[in-house]
Amino acid sequence: MPSIELRGVTNFICRHIDLRIEDGELLVLLGPTGAGKTTLLNVIAGLAEYNGSVLLDGSPIDDTPPHQRGIGYLFQDLALFPHLDVSANITYGLKVQKRPPAEIMTRLKELLRLMRIEHLAHCFPRDLSGGERQKVALARALAPSPQILLLDEPLSNLDLRTSKYLRIELKSLQSKLGITTIYVTHNQREAEELGDRIAVIYQGTLQQVGTPQEIFFNPQNEHVSEFIGSPNILPCKHCREIGQGLMEINTGGLTIIAPYEGTEVNKIAISPRDIYISAEKPPGPDLNRFKGVITEIDPSPPLTRIKLEVGDHTLLAEVPTQIGEEMDLEVGKEVYLILKLRWIKTLIDHSG
Amino acid sequence: MANKFRPGWGILPVALFLAAWEVGARLNIIPAQLFFPPFSAVIEEFYTLIVNGVLLDNFLRSLFRVLVGFSLGCLGGLLVGVLMGWKELINKALNPIISILYPIPALGWLPLLMLWIGINEMLPIAIIFICSFFPVCYNTVAGIKGVDKNLIQAARTLGASEFKILTSVVLPLAVPNIFTGLRLEAGMAWRVIIAAEMVAIPTGIGALLMRAESLIRIDIIIVCLMVLSMMCFTFERVFLYLEQRLTAKWR
Repeated sequence: MPSIELRGVTNFICRHIDLRIEDGELLVLLGPTGAGKTTLLNVIAGLAEYNGSVLLDGSPIDDTPPHQRGIGYLFQDLALFPHLDVSANITYGLKVQKRPPAEIMTRLKELLRLMRIEHLAHCFPRDLSGGERQKVALARALAPSPQILLLDEPLSNLDLRTSKYLRIELKSLQSKLGITTIYVTHNQREAEELGDRIAVIYQGTLQQVGTPQEIFFNPQNEHVSEFIGSPNILPCKHCREIGQGLMEINTGGLTIIAPYEGTEVNKIAISPRDIYISAEKPPGPDLNRFKGVITEIDPSPPLTRIKLEVGDHTLLAEVPTQIGEEMDLEVGKEVYLILKLRWIKTLIDHSG
Repeated sequence: MANKFRPGWGILPVALFLAAWEVGARLNIIPAQLFFPPFSAVIEEFYTLIVNGVLLDNFLRSLFRVLVGFSLGCLGGLLVGVLMGWKELINKALNPIISILYPIPALGWLPLLMLWIGINEMLPIAIIFICSFFPVCYNTVAGIKGVDKNLIQAARTLGASEFKILTSVVLPLAVPNIFTGLRLEAGMAWRVIIAAEMVAIPTGIGALLMRAESLIRIDIIIVCLMVLSMMCFTFERVFLYLEQRLTAKWR
């Protein structure tokens, strides 16, 4: 599978984008709506005008028309052909490329099996559920054995459970096929879960490219930090495994229980939205529960951001504005907080 | 399949209507009774006209004109419509001209065509051609323009050439729109041919109508109208049926 390289790609939205995606890598393009994510995919697929250069394995493909670029593209709205049944949708690419019928049949069976949609072979798109359509569209994009796969928010229109399930499927499929993949999303959790690396894009400019941990623990500028939810990052001195896949971490006078991932850590991070706030002492064992004093309140509906002094740390937390009002939040007031266990992220940062 | 032609209950109101007509005419309770033969007399005349060949002869002439004119008009409309829908340049060039010509009623062309073509077999065919060409062309353009651009891009990334995209994605998806045009014009062709034959051409159902009028043969007039009604109905149904055959699976 080839590597993809963008050199100085510029058009009506993209601003001089340089990016290299390695052979077999899954790169997530993360950014808010209108940041230029889809446009960048269209540039690679040859569907959008641009200046600059796109290279596959070092050779430019700028003059190659879209239908000869050998790229599998899963569109955000899937774009299944409504007049063709599932089989015909999947084999469309093979047929227009005039592959031998025997090969087409074999490939079709293979893909139906791979996606576990054999029973849908003769259904029309209108009769499929969202998740099924997703699978058909993916099978169609994969059918001509593309060397590059572009996925444009493929899971954004699905319910949470289906989307989570398909995300896992997609990840394992991608590593099985070893296909160089760019995955576009505005969902930070999706990006962290899927990406070998994440490229954060904002207003047509690449802000930061790095592994999920690099992005999360070392956001290079405000846009990145803001977009990944301005996480609280706490350095920690001591940590020890306590069994059940958990560990105990001491940081600035707090003892925090966090998921143990097999190594010691020296940084933990938690997003403001993953801190639970209450005025009364919450029930339950006294773990990850702390008292904090409000030092700052920033109500910008629908969310109110609160700065809290907890131990030696200042933590940023978020509550829905309405709930914040009901709780009578004010500066100087003491509140209880819980750090949600499963959302605490941990890191060994060798650089510091 | 609610749209499929099923006699069923639809027959009942028709039967009641015919019965009322028959009884009304026989009992002399309709004013101007002289001009109003009972249904049975009309059917009798229908039979006579078939047997002596007058109806069939005129009908076949009209049918021939409609079929030839309509087929040519549809083919032309489809061809130009596809070119206009698919190639923006052609659309830009032809759209203004067609927009000007389209609103002219087909029969409005009749005097002009009588002088240009003369009164011969080409005249009604030309009229039907004009009557079918524009609406079919318009609906084809609309159908092609209405195809989701994402589908076209999807086909493109899957390796389809422009021509292949047109034949495998764009045209099949434009079928519903195209057929709306065809269906409406299939009936319209019959309405126009009759008018043309009434005015300018001495043969065909329309001419038969006019001759029946001058001889005050109400029964023949009604027979002709019945034939017309059946033909409009049949033509529209044929296209409705074809459209459903082509799209029922996926729409």
